[in-house]
Amino acid sequence: MVNNIYLQIATVITLIAFIIGMYRFVKGPHKADRMVAFDMVSVAGIALIGFIAAFTNKLIYLDVALVYGILGFLGVVIIGRYIERGF
Amino acid sequence: MKFKNYLIMFITLMVVWLLLNNSVAKEIVLVGLGLSLVLPFLFCGKCDLFNHFKVTPKALIYTILYFFVFIRELVKANWDVVKRVISPKLPINPGIVEVKTVLKSKIGRIILANSITLTPGTLTLEMVDDTLFIHWIDVQSTDIEGASNAIVRTFEKYLEEMYG
Amino acid sequence: MNQEIMEIVGGIIAIIGSIFILLGAIGIVRMPDTFNRIQTGTKASTLGTILSLAGLFFFFPGWGGKLFILVLFVLITNPVSSHVLARAAYHIGVPLTKKTVVDQLKEREIISNPSSANLKKVKTNEIGD
Repeated sequence: MVNNIYLQIATVITLIAFIIGMYRFVKGPHKADRMVAFDMVSVAGIALIGFIAAFTNKLIYLDVALVYGILGFLGVVIIGRYIERGF
Repeated sequence: MKFKNYLIMFITLMVVWLLLNNSVAKEIVLVGLGLSLVLPFLFCGKCDLFNHFKVTPKALIYTILYFFVFIRELVKANWDVVKRVISPKLPINPGIVEVKTVLKSKIGRIILANSITLTPGTLTLEMVDDTLFIHWIDVQSTDIEGASNAIVRTFEKYLEEMYG
Repeated sequence: MNQEIMEIVGGIIAIIGSIFILLGAIGIVRMPDTFNRIQTGTKASTLGTILSLAGLFFFFPGWGGKLFILVLFVLITNPVSSHVLARAAYHIGVPLTKKTVVDQLKEREIISNPSSANLKKVKTNEIGD
């Protein structure tokens, strides 16, 4: 259990970034803008899960972060190809 | 399938497996060896991506130098982004310019395109053979020569030594 | 004592990283068009995430291997996804901002294939905002 004040501050700042990113995700106006916001939010999510791993002192959460990152990347690439070609 | 390509693939897979498991117990190493020996056969028919990989001391030195150049450019890029985002006037002057690269190999061009995306104010938009179209947040010159000198030359001289 | 110093250094690096992520988010909201948003969002969030994970390394040196894999993963995939998004946005005709100086990709496409440029124009009007 790590209870470090610096890590807590970093987590709060990342969460604020998360909320600001979600504003662009909701507002749009174009679907590409929403995907940009999703991309940025999912990368920030990797850092956030890393902080959670530090707070709970469990290494296994880093695997969760890796899988989350892979899913976010694949989602962005697939939706990018989809809106480009329309399948 | 060339033996060199197979070897590069095997070493990459093995290193990733060991880092991911974070231990060198006997069972883990054995499973990793088995998987890394079989996997390249399954999904890497020709592996022609690695054909231009040079395994000489000079290429190794240039790889390490390239790493440091890349880190420097990444930090510069972020400082640039911070300045643009914070300033109230939003000083941008964007445009899409055309640049040419002298790199021939596939992997060299991939690394070049990815590096361009992470360096100050540039974003690779489209690549047709040796022509790259780049979204530049602060356009300084619109002709091919000037833009190429400003954007790709920094990396090209290292990548040329590494992959040709 | 040594442990404390390491934790302070790691914490400060993590805070710097999270500030970069915050600035990237602000950039996404402030920039006028999609391509500039991709620029600021990708760069700032890449370095921000790398610095945050590097900060964690000072807390748990034993986690080095996995943190290294994560850093490598972010470094490789982030430019690729931003490139895919930028290309998709360009080809479906997302409008560029009014400040744009030059668009040499469009000039080239009109020269090589005039009919496709006209098609794209119609499509752009249909999608609108």
